[in-house]
Amino acid sequence: MTTVEVLGTGCKKCVKTAEKISAAATELSLDVDVIKVTDPVKIMEYQVMSTPAVAVDGKLVHSGSIPEHDQIISWLTP
Amino acid sequence: MLSIFTHLATWLTYDLMGLSPTTRLGSAIHFFIEDTTKILFLLVAMIYVIALARASLNLERVRAYIQRKNRLLGYMFGSAFGAITPFCSCSSIPLFLGFTSAGIPLGITMAFLFTSPIINEVAVIMLWSLLGWKFTIAYIVVGMAVGIVGGMLLDAFRGERWLKDFAAKAYQNATRNNDPRTPLEDIPEAPKLTLRERHHFAKEELKEIVGRIWKWVFIGVGLGAALHGFVPDNWFAENLGSGQWWNVPAAVFAGLPLYSNATGVIPVMESLIIKGLPVGTTLAFCMSTVAASFPEFVMLKQVMTFRLLATIFAILLTNFMIVGWIINTISPWLFTGL
Repeated sequence: MTTVEVLGTGCKKCVKTAEKISAAATELSLDVDVIKVTDPVKIMEYQVMSTPAVAVDGKLVHSGSIPEHDQIISWLTP
Repeated sequence: MLSIFTHLATWLTYDLMGLSPTTRLGSAIHFFIEDTTKILFLLVAMIYVIALARASLNLERVRAYIQRKNRLLGYMFGSAFGAITPFCSCSSIPLFLGFTSAGIPLGITMAFLFTSPIINEVAVIMLWSLLGWKFTIAYIVVGMAVGIVGGMLLDAFRGERWLKDFAAKAYQNATRNNDPRTPLEDIPEAPKLTLRERHHFAKEELKEIVGRIWKWVFIGVGLGAALHGFVPDNWFAENLGSGQWWNVPAAVFAGLPLYSNATGVIPVMESLIIKGLPVGTTLAFCMSTVAASFPEFVMLKQVMTFRLLATIFAILLTNFMIVGWIINTISPWLFTGL
C-alpha cells in the first residue's frame, strides 16, 4: 500500500490536492492512504517552504501548487 | 488609452441608464463602472505578463540569496523579496520555518512577511491606475520601510528569545554551525522554462489570483464609489481639520478591526484622499487594515509565543503612526495637485 502525505497548514488548495489524489487512486483502483499533514514541525522536517506539498512513502515529490492529474498518476504508478 | 473606460462609464451611466452626472447616484455609479472595468482589465493583462516573467522564481533560491547578504542588506532584500515573490498567506508558517531553520535572523524573515501583504503586483497596478505614479512610489517606499524597520527593531529586542521552543531550537541548530548557509551545490538551479511552460504557469496564476480577488475589487470600488458619491468633497478636511496629530493614531486604530487585502482598500484610499483626508493619515489607515490582520496573527501563534506576537503588534502600530506623521509633514511638497 502507498502512503501519500499532503503537507499544508490547511488552506483550500491543500484540501483540493488531497481530493485529487484520492480521486486518481480510485480511478486506477489502487490502495492508497491519503493523509493530510498540518503539523508545522513535520512540514519543517520535509524542508518544504511552499504548500501544498506532496510526499509519497516519505519522499517529497512536489511542492507549491495543486498537482496536475498526470503528475499524480506518475507518482502512484511506479 | 485608459480614457476608453471613462467613455464606457459615461455611455452606460448617462446615456443608457439615463442618470444625470450632477446627482449623487449618477456620480457614484459612474465611478463604480469606470473603476471596476479599468481595474479588472489592467489586472488581467498585467498579472499575466508579470507571471510570465517570474515563472522561474522559487523560494529556495530566494532563501539562498538572502542568506548571502550581510545583516543590513538582508533586511532590504528580505523586504524586497516579500514584495515580488508570489506568495499565499497560507504558506506563511512553512516559509517562516524554512527561513528560520536555515539560520536567517527573525527580523529578516519578518521583513519578508511584513512587506508581503502590503506590496504585490495587484496593489501596484491599482495604485498606479487610480492615484498615479507619485503616490505609487510613496506607497512602495512606505511599505518597504514598515517591513525593514519592523524587522530591525524586532532583532534589536532580540525577539528570537520568544519563539516557540521547536522553532527556537531549529534556529539555534542552524546558527551553531559557523556557516549556516546552504552550500552552493545544494541550491537548485533556476529552471529553464519553455515559453509554453511559462504560459501554462501564467495562465494558472491568473486564474488563481483573479478568482481570489475579483470580489474584493467590487467591494473596494463599491465602498469607494459610495464615499465618492455621497460624501461631499473636502468633507474630511472640513470636519477633522487637516492633519491634527491625533488623526493618525485614530486612523490606525480605525483600520485595525477592518480586515482586508490591498485590493479592497486601495479604491477606498482614492476616495478618502479626494475627500480631503491627508495622504499620511490615509496611508496609515491602509497599512493598518492590510498588514496587521487577525488571521495572520492566529497563524503565527503556531511558531511564536504571545509575548513575541504582542511585540510585533506594538512595533507595527508604532511604525504605521510614524509613517503617517512623516508623510503628512512632507506631503505638501510631494503631492501638489493630488
